[in-house]
Amino acid sequence: MVVSRTPVREALRELAAEGFVKMHEIKASQIIDKVKKLFLKSNYHINQDLIKLLQQAQKKETSPIGKSVLQMIISNNKISSKEEVPICQDTGLAVVFVEVGQEVHLVDGDFTEAINQGVKEAYEEGYLRKSVVDDPVFERKNTKTNTPAIIYTDIVPGDKIKFLVMPKGFGSENMSAIAMLKPADGEKVIVDFVVETVKKAGPNPCPPTIIGVGIGGTIDKAMVIAKKAIVRKINQPNKNPKFAALEKEILTKINNLGIGPAGLGGNITSLAVHIDYLPTHIAGLPVAVNVCCHAARHAEGIL
Amino acid sequence: MKNIIKITTPLDIKEIVNLKAGNFVNITGNIYAARDAAHKRFFELIEKGKRLPIDLKGQIIFYAGPTPTKPGHSCGSVGPTTSYRMDPYTPELLERGLKGMIGKGLRSQEVIDSMKKNKALYFAAVGGAAALIARSVKRSEVIAYEDLGAEAVFRFYVEDFPAIVVVDSAGKNLYETEPPKYKK
Repeated sequence: MVVSRTPVREALRELAAEGFVKMHEIKASQIIDKVKKLFLKSNYHINQDLIKLLQQAQKKETSPIGKSVLQMIISNNKISSKEEVPICQDTGLAVVFVEVGQEVHLVDGDFTEAINQGVKEAYEEGYLRKSVVDDPVFERKNTKTNTPAIIYTDIVPGDKIKFLVMPKGFGSENMSAIAMLKPADGEKVIVDFVVETVKKAGPNPCPPTIIGVGIGGTIDKAMVIAKKAIVRKINQPNKNPKFAALEKEILTKINNLGIGPAGLGGNITSLAVHIDYLPTHIAGLPVAVNVCCHAARHAEGIL
Repeated sequence: MKNIIKITTPLDIKEIVNLKAGNFVNITGNIYAARDAAHKRFFELIEKGKRLPIDLKGQIIFYAGPTPTKPGHSCGSVGPTTSYRMDPYTPELLERGLKGMIGKGLRSQEVIDSMKKNKALYFAAVGGAAALIARSVKRSEVIAYEDLGAEAVFRFYVEDFPAIVVVDSAGKNLYETEPPKYKK
């Protein structure tokens, strides 16, 4: 994927020109620009589907305080979008999911450095808060660039690079949890664990939240798919009807908790529950819950 | 929208005891933004017996770290961070005259007990409403710990800053009283 030595690059170009290999040259500078634009967009503009969902929630909410809170959230999103200022002061840790087509040939730079450079430029030039500390235990010194980003890369067929960026705030990240359940626990214990996680979080993660749930895989992979599930298209249930039913059941139980918008009471505690799942080991049932605030900031782009 | 009560800083004791959990308020006057790292430094000073960079008497601390200010604006986006991380430091600050805190989320019993003892208020601002809240900040300046960047101590002059009293000086806590009404 990354070929930087000139003779090799030239040879590949020749082969590509003669049709022996398929290749799409992408420059590191294109990655920098794309990542920068996506982080700016995701920090200023909320997704349209989510705006609709918030408006519906505002109508449905029966608590007067909850209604006022939702109205403020909706107004906030209008202001941030119109003035191109951050939706939230916590402009997040920069999470980037990348799907790299196996026929992509990156030139003039380093893949990871390019992504970090894009993040750095977005946060510096876009008046976004730099919230990253280097050593997490002792010095906790701000890196002042909001880098390094958290990057997940998948190699996929094709000749494009697809980016999904997610500035992830830590009010909600701190309320996330993982459990290694027993296979015998099944559905009921999964539901209880997710609902309990949201209950314990109470007002802290800026409800109404969006809950990403990752089931299966390994302990680490379960949380990665939970995170990605957060920004799945709103109102698009899991394709597997059994998992779709599970999403619905969990959402109902969460909203029956009464936590409400900003945790000040109400019927709307979460806007959506998105489950993703993977095959897992015969001995295990990992369940990861990644909590996200009502903004679920993200943006996608292709090179 | 509920009735909104206008209050000014520094808070006086009469004003404090009259405000009840559930009241919507608009705050006008100076408030101080300080979060995790600034609280840690306050404590290092207290341990050494040194003076804090702000006189806390009657004041409100806003748990927040703004985004950088965009040209043409008076302040960057600024909303509340989650308050519980400041709980270990709060009772000591209340003993030193702090009368109000703006944040989001639950507080420890120690904080609530100290609020009752010292007659103080805990306000919630809506988490994630940072662009809206920033409109009420008319002036912003760093008054201590500039090296901490967004975690520095800021003095904000605010006009009609929107907040909700969540724990009042009698210890009544909206986070405990409201959700059960909607529980099914």
